[in-house]
Amino acid sequence: MTGDALHFHYDVDGNNFTSAGEASVQVKRTLRQMGYHPDLIRRISVAMYEGEINMVIHAKGGDADVYVTPDCITVILKDVGPGIKDINLAMQEGYSTAPDNIRSLGFGAGMGLPNMKRYSDELKIDSVVGVGTTIEMKFKSA
Amino acid sequence: MTIREIAERINAVVYADPDRLDEDLTGAFGSDMMSDVLAFAENRDVLLTGLLNPQIVRTAHMLDMQCIIIVRGKTATPEIKTLAAQNDIVLMETQMTMYEASGRLYEGGLGR
Repeated sequence: MTGDALHFHYDVDGNNFTSAGEASVQVKRTLRQMGYHPDLIRRISVAMYEGEINMVIHAKGGDADVYVTPDCITVILKDVGPGIKDINLAMQEGYSTAPDNIRSLGFGAGMGLPNMKRYSDELKIDSVVGVGTTIEMKFKSA
Repeated sequence: MTIREIAERINAVVYADPDRLDEDLTGAFGSDMMSDVLAFAENRDVLLTGLLNPQIVRTAHMLDMQCIIIVRGKTATPEIKTLAAQNDIVLMETQMTMYEASGRLYEGGLGR
C-alpha cells in the first residue's frame, strides 16, 4: 500500500503468549488519539487481536501493519507459519487446529477467523502451506 | 447496577478506584473461553470468568468492558492486577461459581 496512508508497524512476538495482543493495544490507543468512533475502534482492535493471537498460536509471530487513510483503515498481518490447508474449513465457527494447551489459555475455540470476518468490512486471506499466511482486513471509516 | 451493588451481591473482593464504586454498569457475559467472549460479548460491561491469565484483561480491554469478576474462589495474579489497573478495569474476586454469581446478578437486574 502506498500513497498518503499513515503507516504503523508492529512486530508480533511469537514466543510469548502473555504479551500477545500488545500491538492491538497500541493500535487501539493510537486510533483513540486520532479521534475515531469507539465502535469502529472496538471492531478493529478485536479483529486485530484475534489475528495476533492466531499468529502467536500457529506461526511464531510475524508482522502487523496498519494503514490509515481518510476513508479506510487497513490491517495487514503477515506470518511465515505453516499456512492454512483449507481456508473454507478454517472459516467455519468451531473448527480449530490449535493444540489443547492453547484451549486451556482461553483460545483455540475455532472463532478467530470467523470473528475477524464478523468485525471487518472486508477480509482477504492469502495462504500457502509451508510458506505462510497474509491476512488483510479493511474497515471503512467514512 | 452499580459496581458497589455488584460486589455486594456476590460478596466480592474489589480492586478498584473507590471513586468508581457508584458507576453504573450494564450487561454481562460469562465464559472461560476468550474467543467466545470476543464473539458474543460486544456492548456488555462485565466479564465473569474462571480463567486466570493476562489475556482476560486484554480481551476485556479490546471490548471496552469495565469490570472482570474472577469466579470460583480464584485469586488474580499480580500480573492480572497490574494490567487491569493500567487499563482502568475494575477487578473482583468471588468464592461463588460462575453459575451462582451470574444468577445473583441477573436476579438483581444486571443484563435484563
